Amino acid sequence: MSARRRSTAAALLTLAVATATLAGCAEKKDDKEGGGDAVKINATDSACEVSKTSFPAGHVVLDISNKGSKTTEVYVYGDGDKIITERENIGPGTKATINAEIKAGAYEIACKPGMVGDGVRQKITVTGEGGSSASADPRLAAAVDAYRAYAQEQADATVPAVEAFAAAIKAGDLEKAKSLYAPSRTGWERTEPVAESFGDVDPKTDTREDKVEAGQQWTGWHKLEKSLWADARIGDDEKKLADQLVNDLKDWQKKIPQAEITATSMANGAKELLDEVATNKITGEEDRYSHTDLADFHANVEGAQKAYDLLKPVAAEKNPELAKTLDSEFAAIQALLAKYRQADGTFTSYDKVAEAERKTFSDAVNSLGEPLSKLAAAVVVK
Amino acid sequence: MDAENEQQNGTPAGTDATNSRGTASGSTTPGSTVSRRAVIGWAGAGVALGAAAVGSVAAATRQEDPAPAPAAATGAEVPFYGEHQAGIATPVQDRLHFAAFDVSEKATRESLVKMLKEWTKAAAAMTGGREVGIGAATGLPEAPPDDTGEALGLPASRLSLTIGFGPSLFEKDGMDRFGLKAKRPEALIDLPNFKGDKLDPLRSGGDLCVQACADDPQVAVHAIRNLARIGMGTVGIRWSQLGFGKTSSTTPDAQTPRNLLGFKDGTHNIAGTDGTRLAEHVWAAPGDGPDWMTGGSYLVARRIRMHIETWDRTSLKEQEDVFGRTKGEGAPYGKVKEHDDPDLKAMPADSHVALAHPDANNGLMILRRGFSFTDGTDGLGRLDAGLFFLAYQRDTRRAFVPLQQRLAGSDKLNEYIQHVGSAHFACPAGVRKPGEWWGQALFG
Repeated sequence: MSARRRSTAAALLTLAVATATLAGCAEKKDDKEGGGDAVKINATDSACEVSKTSFPAGHVVLDISNKGSKTTEVYVYGDGDKIITERENIGPGTKATINAEIKAGAYEIACKPGMVGDGVRQKITVTGEGGSSASADPRLAAAVDAYRAYAQEQADATVPAVEAFAAAIKAGDLEKAKSLYAPSRTGWERTEPVAESFGDVDPKTDTREDKVEAGQQWTGWHKLEKSLWADARIGDDEKKLADQLVNDLKDWQKKIPQAEITATSMANGAKELLDEVATNKITGEEDRYSHTDLADFHANVEGAQKAYDLLKPVAAEKNPELAKTLDSEFAAIQALLAKYRQADGTFTSYDKVAEAERKTFSDAVNSLGEPLSKLAAAVVVK
Repeated sequence: MDAENEQQNGTPAGTDATNSRGTASGSTTPGSTVSRRAVIGWAGAGVALGAAAVGSVAAATRQEDPAPAPAAATGAEVPFYGEHQAGIATPVQDRLHFAAFDVSEKATRESLVKMLKEWTKAAAAMTGGREVGIGAATGLPEAPPDDTGEALGLPASRLSLTIGFGPSLFEKDGMDRFGLKAKRPEALIDLPNFKGDKLDPLRSGGDLCVQACADDPQVAVHAIRNLARIGMGTVGIRWSQLGFGKTSSTTPDAQTPRNLLGFKDGTHNIAGTDGTRLAEHVWAAPGDGPDWMTGGSYLVARRIRMHIETWDRTSLKEQEDVFGRTKGEGAPYGKVKEHDDPDLKAMPADSHVALAHPDANNGLMILRRGFSFTDGTDGLGRLDAGLFFLAYQRDTRRAFVPLQQRLAGSDKLNEYIQHVGSAHFACPAGVRKPGEWWGQALFG
């Protein structure tokens, strides 16, 4: 579940912006980074002014100024409000920059003063052939195609696994339902960044209790997890929730073909999977009732490795040192996880993993996550 | 005495920081990047204002001019290259971030050397007030920046970075992991247990350490954070400690700072300019041990928890008896001024100074460089506070160990303190010029 992570990242960015503000008084420079090509967005409490509504596809820079009195956020939405890119927590009087790769098509830019509601929207058109600067490399285009196929496979395999989980719940079989909980999440966890790009599926299926927003009904895996483990109860509500989970995930399965996937998003997605592990799994927050965190952890690593393996032919050519490091770090973390895998394929319950062992996991995640954060640059660099 | 305390304690680095930030937040030109150096001008001015305020307070309570104050306050650079590592004889900065690292199981001698070379480059940049790598807000937009950025706009702030190698780097669980066992100095002992120790293993030991000292805590934290990031995959932080309010001064003509017990600490410390004493007590000399340590020094770090609450309800008389000095002036018992020669016989025999003074220890001296710490509270409503004791010496076996054995046995202060963390490191000589690297003499 990424809501926390995104907002944390946004908060950090806001900090960085503040720092830049600080530095700015010493040395005025023209805003070259944004430059003439940047799309300037002036967000106020009631308007969302965009300096141009049509621009070429490819690498797009959005220079946002919040001139309103409220903290705002800016989204670029594609069809069906699919989030293309976003920046939260832009404080009054501050600036932020979004770098994104946007393909040709019709989009809406939304400013959300107060960070609520649908926001003030502005239609934009992105023109031309473009897309990823890297997509000129046919190996990357092939990697993207292969990764899309992988995401689809994972979704296709998830649906029957979730149906089995739901069937156990509907049969009132507590133990069986518990045993099918973690396996039902594998495909989702392997491709989480893609899954999360469909803004509405993730909140319904993978929200943790502390992330439920006011007015939101808590549904999905973690609600069922609490019922099964903490309450040891299967009632009518649980049965309904199980059906809903199946339906929501079928919805997700159908959306995969429309997923926005680029070489950069694959690389960033791999890093985000490790971020998921670092932020939520290491602490045992993700599966706090079932303690099946290591199963999710493992799926996250597998998904990251898949994206890396597909990008590796290009990455290894452009940055052989990085590829060597990533090979060895992926192997090291897989070897570490293997120590916690039982004969039946399940993982040690995370509440049985001592603090010192968690530190070992944390170090391993940092050792992999840090070089993985350099993968996107390695594949886009010309 | 209250008034005096207020004046003396009311001159922390916070004054400087507030001025700098105040200046900055008034600006309205966001969005551009800037080198750290480009702002030294104005930030330095802010700091200098703070220094002027500090100076005037100090002048009100002292007779001599606080000569080292300007060097301490301009946000200047402490030279990174030199015969000895900076951060030992260097005039003590206001803030500390100390980190102990463990080398990861899969690291090799080669990967460790590679990291030490990268660390050296980053350390030279950061102590010079420059950004790590190609900077904090430059490079490909798809890549995370090399530098983490929170020190942008801040001057060098007299940052010093001092590296040390712990016993476990040379041998761990009987394993000679990096082919260094034969190079372990005899002086780099596993410290013995001292009476009353209650050491937390998670706050003790470490294969490597880096002591980051600066006048601005953000600069010190930035340094450790960036080194930790560079080291990921090769080393991981085992424990770290933030410190404030230096408790020892290596500049005897400046005002002696106070520890959290309210007493002046480091009155009789080794001066950073006292070449004779440094050579005799601090720097390892040729023939003392392995050549790679010549010009280096041995560092003992001890996290000493203070039982603040019980101390605070102790009478002034008993507090002074515990130290053997007056609380206000810091004068030894029977004398008038802080720097008067102490008459140890006039002090209670179990007082801290009577036991620790060089005159009672065959002239033995250590260079103290400790900092106060307060890590919030301990869950029982008590401050988790104390002294992060840092001492540099030529040979720990002949300095800290006998001294601490003596103190642990009978120091009256033991009723109010507890040693809860401990580590020992061999800090090699300095990196003399660009191209050399931390640990080169050991690994090279």
